[in-house]
Amino acid sequence: MAIENQVETPGLLGWIDRRFPLSSLWKAHLSEYYAPKNFNFWYFFGSLAMLVLVLQIVTGIFLVMHYKPDANLAFASVEYIMRDVPWGWLIRYMHSTGASAFFIVVYLHMFRGLLYGSYRKPRELVWIFGCMIFLALMAEAFFGYLLPWGQMSYWGAQVIVNLFSAIPFIGPELAIWIRGDYVVSDATLNRFFSFHVIAIPLVLLGLVVAHIMALHEVGSNNPDGIEIKAKKDANGIPLDGIPFHPYYTVHDILGVAVFLIVFSAIMFFAPEFGGYFLEYNNFIPADPLVTPAHIAPVWYFTPFYSILRATTEDFLLWWMIPFLVVFALLVWFTGRSALSRLIVTVVVAVMIIGFFVVDAKFWGVVAMGASVLILFVLPWIDQSPVRSMRYRPGWHKAVLAAFAVVFLVLGALGTLPVSPTNSLFAKIGTLLYFAFFLLMPWWSSAGTFKPVPERVTFHGH
Amino acid sequence: MNLVTRILAALAASLLFGTASAAVGSYPLDPFPTDKLTHEPSLQRGAKLFVNYCLNCHSASLMRYNRLRDIGLTDEQIREFLVLDPEGKVGDLMTIAMRPADAKTWFGAVPPDLSVTARARSSGAGSGADWIYTYLRAYFRDDTRPHGWNNALFEGVGMPHVLWELQGPRGATLQEIKEVEDEAGNGSAFVRTTVVFGVDGTRTETTEKLDGHNLHPSRQWTLGEAQGGKLSQAEFDATVADLTAFLTYVSDPSARARVRLGVWVLLFLGVFTVFAWMLNREYWKDVK
Repeated sequence: MAIENQVETPGLLGWIDRRFPLSSLWKAHLSEYYAPKNFNFWYFFGSLAMLVLVLQIVTGIFLVMHYKPDANLAFASVEYIMRDVPWGWLIRYMHSTGASAFFIVVYLHMFRGLLYGSYRKPRELVWIFGCMIFLALMAEAFFGYLLPWGQMSYWGAQVIVNLFSAIPFIGPELAIWIRGDYVVSDATLNRFFSFHVIAIPLVLLGLVVAHIMALHEVGSNNPDGIEIKAKKDANGIPLDGIPFHPYYTVHDILGVAVFLIVFSAIMFFAPEFGGYFLEYNNFIPADPLVTPAHIAPVWYFTPFYSILRATTEDFLLWWMIPFLVVFALLVWFTGRSALSRLIVTVVVAVMIIGFFVVDAKFWGVVAMGASVLILFVLPWIDQSPVRSMRYRPGWHKAVLAAFAVVFLVLGALGTLPVSPTNSLFAKIGTLLYFAFFLLMPWWSSAGTFKPVPERVTFHGH
Repeated sequence: MNLVTRILAALAASLLFGTASAAVGSYPLDPFPTDKLTHEPSLQRGAKLFVNYCLNCHSASLMRYNRLRDIGLTDEQIREFLVLDPEGKVGDLMTIAMRPADAKTWFGAVPPDLSVTARARSSGAGSGADWIYTYLRAYFRDDTRPHGWNNALFEGVGMPHVLWELQGPRGATLQEIKEVEDEAGNGSAFVRTTVVFGVDGTRTETTEKLDGHNLHPSRQWTLGEAQGGKLSQAEFDATVADLTAFLTYVSDPSARARVRLGVWVLLFLGVFTVFAWMLNREYWKDVK
């Protein structure tokens, strides 16, 4: 007889536990996972992001039952869902509102990280998995947006895939490989359908599991930025910790309820949301021969689109070069190692030469990519001695607020057509966006910091 | 924060200014009377107008005839009055027989399918319903066009004025102020071009130079009074409103059901939130 695992649970649960770590998973991640008791409003968005992910997957499953991924049939199949499928209109609106809601929730979730230093050691990997989720989410949204096969779907995809053709040497071939054709066509639609429905959701689910596992390995941060595991009681339970279940499961129900109120209000009364959640132009079937007067990406991509458009030859030569030179000098005079000085000099030199040699269109793509990828290095460029904004000098909060405003302004500018005023503000915004990150090693360690408390600040309910 | 607020306000002001000065001379949209959308007789009249005047060249191929039960019609009524194809069934889609290639030859462009037009034509200037309502009432006579009609909202449109017998013909005047380069190359000057379209469709154009300061480009249409139509202007407006209401319904048939359901959902969620809040407070009393 094989040696059986010994467990404490009786009956059916015991039978399962001897073969699958059900009770131990329940304890490790829910009933005996100790989270700080001082979570505030900003801590709702993680569980809300998971809710929206489930919502998108479930509504997506039902949509795929009726959607036809063929260039001649796609647009009509979406309207078929809206009109002939019982409750199809509700499922479609849930999915479209859910897509925008996903980005609102994720941006707020990331902002919480900036506020409380949630990406700092030992949570760097949580942050990195999170940034990968963000990239996967943007890809998922981009691929999904082609599927309704409206004018904006088609031309948005055409513009963005054409960006890849700006990469020197391999660009044009790469663009054809992505599209599966010389222009966006049925071939592109079919593969984007595959990516949107299977490939990226699998990647997303895997990354979300990794994200939560990494978090649970080190424990959650909190608004005071102090480690609750530093002060434990006789049983090894953090003094400021409470079991996730039932305290945060119940707490998150409240968050879900309020979120659903806002979500339902939009979905039932204004699903188009002024043309931002469901774009008006997308109610015209895709026409390769008619270019819309104004091609803009969906609102959640607009900050990065602004950065792409701001990167003109003018911008590179007269704004970026001085900025890079100043940055290089800063590293030279205050850098701690010779290696960092060498790396910065080489990179800046290559970039400056590159600005003259390679077309600005390529650097626009680089800038847009860099604006997302720079998030990955946040754990290492933040040199503040304290984690949370609460204990940093007051002006640090102003810097973070300014960054948030810049992000929003870049987003607003991305929805508007190019004009001299808009262009100027976009350039300023782009510079400030990168300055926030590139200068962070200096500004985050400057000023007088407040003493960090021993125990979390918590007022009983 | 005060400084940030002031900077934000200045930013917003300059952006708004930037966008405002960009839009020169787009014909302003009249507001569509939205109360028609919940008035079943209007929607039914609109269905009748649509089937008789529009559904020859324009298809609504994503809309099924029997969906019109939504606006209070029975299958028998739909079959008898609205399905004009003798072989047609009430469950058919609203397709047309005209081939796109023929349409392109006859009109210069394929008449678009109208299933979701009221949603597609929305913009910052107004809703899609506003656009359709204004468009159908902005026609005037113009003999330089192949079919004798032009439109102030959609200049050079290939569609003739299908409802002309109801409204009657009318003329229009276009006043345009432009900045033009001097022939001698000595900078630029402002000129005003006035184009007058008579009720008989004749087109006369006059240009005069403008002296003065603070001149800026502008474009303004003034539509004449329609005469000799079967309906008065007010009756014609109401008729077009009925047709527009029907088209708005066609572009989003579930709209009324959606709004009604939404009220109940939010009421439920409100009660749910109260209970969720009470439950939360009860559990968290333990936490000191």
